Amino acid sequence: MSIQLWTYLIVGLTFALYIGVAIWSRAGSTSEFYVAGGGVHPIVNGMATAADWMSAASFISMAGLISFMGYQGSQYLLGWTGGFVLLALLLAPYLRKFGKFTVPDFIGERYYSQTARVVAVICALFISFTYVIGQMKGVGVAFSRFLEIDYNYGVMIGVFIVFFYAVLGGMKGITYTQVAQYVVLIFAYLIPAIFISLLMVNHPVPQLGLGGRLSDGTYLLDKLDQLSTDLGFAAYTTANQGSLDLFFVTAALMLGTAGLPHVIVRFFTVPKVADARISAGWALLFIALLYTTAPAIAAFAKTNLVTTVSEQQHDALPGWFSRWEKTGLLQFDDKNGDGRVQYYNDNNTAFAENIAAAKGWGGNELRVDNDIMVLANPEIAQLPAWVIALVVAGGLAAALSTAAGLLLVISSSVSHDLLKKWLMPEISERDELRAARVAIAAAVVIAGYFGINPPGFVAQVVAWAFGLAAASFFPAILLGIFSKRMNMQGAIAGMLSGLIFTGSYIIYFKYGAGKAEDYWWGISPEGIGTLGMLINFAVSGIVSAFTPPPPAAVQDMVEDIRVPRGAAAAVQH
Amino acid sequence: MDATKRKLYWRKNLRFLLILLTFWFLVSYGCGILWVEQLNAIRIGGFKLGFWFAQQGAIYVFVVLIFVYVYGMNKIDRSFDVNEE
Repeated sequence: MSIQLWTYLIVGLTFALYIGVAIWSRAGSTSEFYVAGGGVHPIVNGMATAADWMSAASFISMAGLISFMGYQGSQYLLGWTGGFVLLALLLAPYLRKFGKFTVPDFIGERYYSQTARVVAVICALFISFTYVIGQMKGVGVAFSRFLEIDYNYGVMIGVFIVFFYAVLGGMKGITYTQVAQYVVLIFAYLIPAIFISLLMVNHPVPQLGLGGRLSDGTYLLDKLDQLSTDLGFAAYTTANQGSLDLFFVTAALMLGTAGLPHVIVRFFTVPKVADARISAGWALLFIALLYTTAPAIAAFAKTNLVTTVSEQQHDALPGWFSRWEKTGLLQFDDKNGDGRVQYYNDNNTAFAENIAAAKGWGGNELRVDNDIMVLANPEIAQLPAWVIALVVAGGLAAALSTAAGLLLVISSSVSHDLLKKWLMPEISERDELRAARVAIAAAVVIAGYFGINPPGFVAQVVAWAFGLAAASFFPAILLGIFSKRMNMQGAIAGMLSGLIFTGSYIIYFKYGAGKAEDYWWGISPEGIGTLGMLINFAVSGIVSAFTPPPPAAVQDMVEDIRVPRGAAAAVQH
Repeated sequence: MDATKRKLYWRKNLRFLLILLTFWFLVSYGCGILWVEQLNAIRIGGFKLGFWFAQQGAIYVFVVLIFVYVYGMNKIDRSFDVNEE
């Protein structure tokens, strides 16, 4: 059977599975719609959280990024997993005890202020929309390459599927669908990795295979260091940038992860505080399975790519090369006209002038998009067609599960935080549920539209979503739990200064006149959220010290969320 | 639950968190970023140790930390009789 036929078969089967699960578990009340009725088992919730949180970026892009960044790519691995520890230890149990539906709910109640709630809603909406558009793009790319249909139709199919099960099922449907999606995506990630690990280093566990020996007896990582330096790149396993920037970027990703509203809301869905703690543990275990495999895939793929194409005749390359050239994600430009592929670092002037010029190389001739490393890897390693189809289904599962979780945050922000808690407090539960479904439907359509016509800022999703979450939500929630003295004035001033500072820095250096050599202390826009967070903490502390303490009722509430006993199901108050 | 007991419970909770977060910091920012050069001088099989911490080891420690937290916190909860039924 051809790759395309296999892809139709496996993707079709998984979609049927998701829709079946959604019908079986559809929601009947607002509580089921927002937080699955608060009755989800911790292991199930852990799996759903893992699928929710591992997006198309984790599945498709991350290994590719590590492939080209080497050691420097650790910032994604450390940042996205380390943030989970903060979430599990500092936020999840207390927010569960608090027992409401959304993050703006917590901010609004804790800081006894509609302004704070509205600021939080706007942040949540902005973060979620940026993120969800990225997922829709991922769906479009996967469909257009492997089903060989138009990119726009690919996005539309994705919109239709998400629309169906998110509108119907709410959080309950989404939770159980995400469990199915986790299973699909983890198999899709591990199976090719195990195959390739066996092929290259003869070890069935990719995590250990990363430290294994190739058939010629050299260690894989040593070989990769050698290949990289031979082509003028920095050695794969060592640091090549300032560690301050790495430090800041890692921290921004960590704090941003802990502040992402669609991840936090997952911990409202379990019955007890103790369950919220343990389900964060399960979630990280399920995430770690993919995250420890990613660096192995990165190293295998890079070694495979370089040894397969470097200095080879372009006409004699395997079929996958020309298939990916057609998508534009892989580009060959024969600059010196010798018909061979020269792949090297032409930004390294010393290397380009001394070594490359002597060999008659006329500049780097190969451009590889990060995103194809995971998708093309099974083809490069000549794995069977069904494995390649499985990878496509996995990428779609990752994108759809994250998109669904984000859409739910968008809909609950609109129907619960804006309508119920602000504009029309007397709305009935049935009308609120209806408003939530309308909001999610509208959000899917808007996301689909932007997926087809992506605005320029989508490429910078990482800097935006994580930086803003780190600079706004994380300090406000943390202080709300751990400082009884923190008041409305301090929190609002802190969130605004964190947001404005981080936003201006990103805008100036990403879209304005700013150049990389002018970064403050060498901190890139991806890492500036960390500084924004420090500013938020400082401003909050100073402002709250000069303004009156919060009312006694709020201080009692803080006392109450610190103690597990008495957690009620997440209900509406 | 009276105020002094509440205070004691919270202080115990904070101390436990501080210990765990110290480990969290040491394996990620410490071994993975700040001391990576020094640790890379040590090799275990095909891995340089600093590189291993940054791309593998820290993640394993993270998972263990959360499970240790769950176990420890449940124990503290029970000893203060604030656990859920």
